[in-house]
Amino acid sequence: MSEQKLQSQTVQTTGHAWDGDLQEYNNPLPVWWVYTFYVTVAFALVYWTIYPSWPFGKGWIGGVSNITYVNSEGETKTHSWNTRALLMEDLNKAAAAQKPYFDKIAGMSYAEIAKDPDMNGFILSSGKALFADNCAPCHQAGGQGKIGFFPNLTDDDWLYGGTFDKINETITGGRHGYMPAFGEVLTGEQIDDLANYVASLSGIGHDAAKAAAGNTLFHGETAACYYCHGADAKGRQVIGSANLTDNIWLWANVPGTDSAAGKVAAIRGVITGGLNKGVMPTWAGRLSPEQIKVLTVYVHELGGGQ
Amino acid sequence: MQTGLEEQLGLYQKRIPIFTRSVKGRFRRFKTTVLALAYAIYFLAPWLPWSRLDAPAQAVLFDLPGRRFLIFGLTVYPQDVIWLALLLFIAAILLFFVTGLVGRAFCGYFCFQTLWTDFFIWIEHTIQGERPARVRLYRQPWDREKVLKVGGTHALWLLASFWTGMTFVAYFTYAPQLVLDFFSGQANAAAYITVSILTVSTYAAAGLMREQICTYVCPYGRFQSVMYEPETLAVHYDAKRGEAAHGRASARAGQRTLAERREKGFGDCVDCGLCVQVCPAGIDIRDGLQYKCISCGLCIDACNTIMDSFGFPRGLIRYDSERNLASPEPAAPKIEWKRLKTIGYGVALILMSAYLVYSIGSRGSYDRTVNQIRQPLYVVLSNGDIRNRYQIHITNKAAQDQTYVISANGVPAGALDLGNFRQITVKPGHSGLVQASVRLPPALAARTQHFELVITPLGKPAEARSETVRFDAPGIRP
Repeated sequence: MSEQKLQSQTVQTTGHAWDGDLQEYNNPLPVWWVYTFYVTVAFALVYWTIYPSWPFGKGWIGGVSNITYVNSEGETKTHSWNTRALLMEDLNKAAAAQKPYFDKIAGMSYAEIAKDPDMNGFILSSGKALFADNCAPCHQAGGQGKIGFFPNLTDDDWLYGGTFDKINETITGGRHGYMPAFGEVLTGEQIDDLANYVASLSGIGHDAAKAAAGNTLFHGETAACYYCHGADAKGRQVIGSANLTDNIWLWANVPGTDSAAGKVAAIRGVITGGLNKGVMPTWAGRLSPEQIKVLTVYVHELGGGQ
Repeated sequence: MQTGLEEQLGLYQKRIPIFTRSVKGRFRRFKTTVLALAYAIYFLAPWLPWSRLDAPAQAVLFDLPGRRFLIFGLTVYPQDVIWLALLLFIAAILLFFVTGLVGRAFCGYFCFQTLWTDFFIWIEHTIQGERPARVRLYRQPWDREKVLKVGGTHALWLLASFWTGMTFVAYFTYAPQLVLDFFSGQANAAAYITVSILTVSTYAAAGLMREQICTYVCPYGRFQSVMYEPETLAVHYDAKRGEAAHGRASARAGQRTLAERREKGFGDCVDCGLCVQVCPAGIDIRDGLQYKCISCGLCIDACNTIMDSFGFPRGLIRYDSERNLASPEPAAPKIEWKRLKTIGYGVALILMSAYLVYSIGSRGSYDRTVNQIRQPLYVVLSNGDIRNRYQIHITNKAAQDQTYVISANGVPAGALDLGNFRQITVKPGHSGLVQASVRLPPALAARTQHFELVITPLGKPAEARSETVRFDAPGIRP
């Protein structure tokens, strides 16, 4: 106890004196602090052995902890620890975790998938990710498409058919919509008549006389619109021709304007210029059949399917 | 100034070993009771059985992979994190409240550093004997006796530390299985790492560092001054009574009775030093209130024992307030709570505790969120109808499977389309997702801006909850 008192009550100085009387107190560090420092040194040595540490020549010392992963080419690679390899390893693990679901999906019919609540959850999450990675650049994040460019997948109109099999066919093989330009074949007046007729089919304001003339042209051999769009103008899913009698517009931006004249003008533009831009790439080879199956169910659910 | 003084001065301050003398008394009994109770709870809780449908039969299980805490009949999910925030808030306020009233009571009686140190000192005492024996052992060379006794002490400390670590890990997995797996080398790597870290840190903190944790590591002692007020009760030495006019003096012949001491001007303190010998922090309480004091009350017990043996009144060292000690006529010490700070903390404590109890008590058996799909906000269908789509997320918080039925208020029957899943069954602790779409003719769509989606647990109509959602149509601006 007496030593204890001595140490706590006697203030020691370092022994230096400046300017005659300026001194410095010696307040020693607790010794465990130093031991903690030694422990951190030991920790660093262990760390250097395990993880990449020092630059060495043109590379670096990699450490003993290796990461093995399979890259996108299917090659197995082993690399000293780094976050990029770690990501690849994580992606491999995620793919392995999804595999049982994809395997299960491969063996199920669409009707079975649609009724299975577990599968429904998987489709909603994995389908969303697949859609975002592959489809959203054109069809937009929610599948709402863009008038004049990409079809809306959330409505109930399906150019090529909205059954599971047809959607699968569309994704697997891609599509190429085409309509010839009538600007060089028909006169401006004839195109105006046709545009008014098409507007009348879906109840848009139009000139009745012109529409009647358009009706004749539509079903006659001069324009021969019925050849693709059908005599009832409801389109043919086999070739992807549009249903002209409903409220869905893909190419002519009819909803984009409020005036009847503007709507007719939008239709006239499509008839004059034709279409050669409705191209959807083929996804076979880029996505696995199971992934396409997941996307099929996901897209089917977006718009309710057929 | 002589040269070379630096060599004589240590650059680093070595720990001065503390050999605490054991003592009997009120505070020792209280400390022992708290220790026994706390250890019983900590070490036994993971072994309490509790039958569960979908988890191991363990009463307290922090199921990290399942993202839930199972505490008896209560299941806590990550979304209940507000409870944790409340709990931490209550703990902090409780600490400030108690410290304002009776000083560092937490440090002295309840802190795990104190509890474990106390237990480790008890082991040391049991093997090596009372303080004089331990001091002698410390000074003697490393002979057979010293190696056996000191080695045995450290071995027992390590064992206690190891079981402390094991018990901690047992809260996170099924305890009996963990013990089996641990010793057969099949437990998770995380279990081995956690047990190792906790063994080493418990051994170091309670065996080797002890009061240094309180002095250097823990910030609490350093800011005790901002929580203390003059009215705060703390362990104090009554210097006026102890020192009197001519200071403390040993109880030699001629100054043994109170009357003799009064006459000679000596205080009541007989300078036996017992209060210093029993102190686990190694301080002298007679130097006054200091940051190293963890306020464990052992010096009070020690001093009272001596006062009793001399027939002096008790309480030379006692719980008292600075104000009372400084007053010319000190009254009997009592808890002073009529202060703005104490009342404020007290009110906050009551409000927060009440809210926590209410929040736990009123939690529903399921959680739901309804989101309108915003890309696109609405879809115009081929016949001109407007369709909006919604995602309904249901989390089942009950202990068994539950089926939920979804219906709509404020839209015509048949407008709500739930696809293939008219109702959804969710496992306990899991979530289910339902896609709903509502289809209205244009005229009705223009009039409908809101409607209600109703979620009803099957067979529990009283727990039905409705969510008001928007319905968007072209041309309507919010």
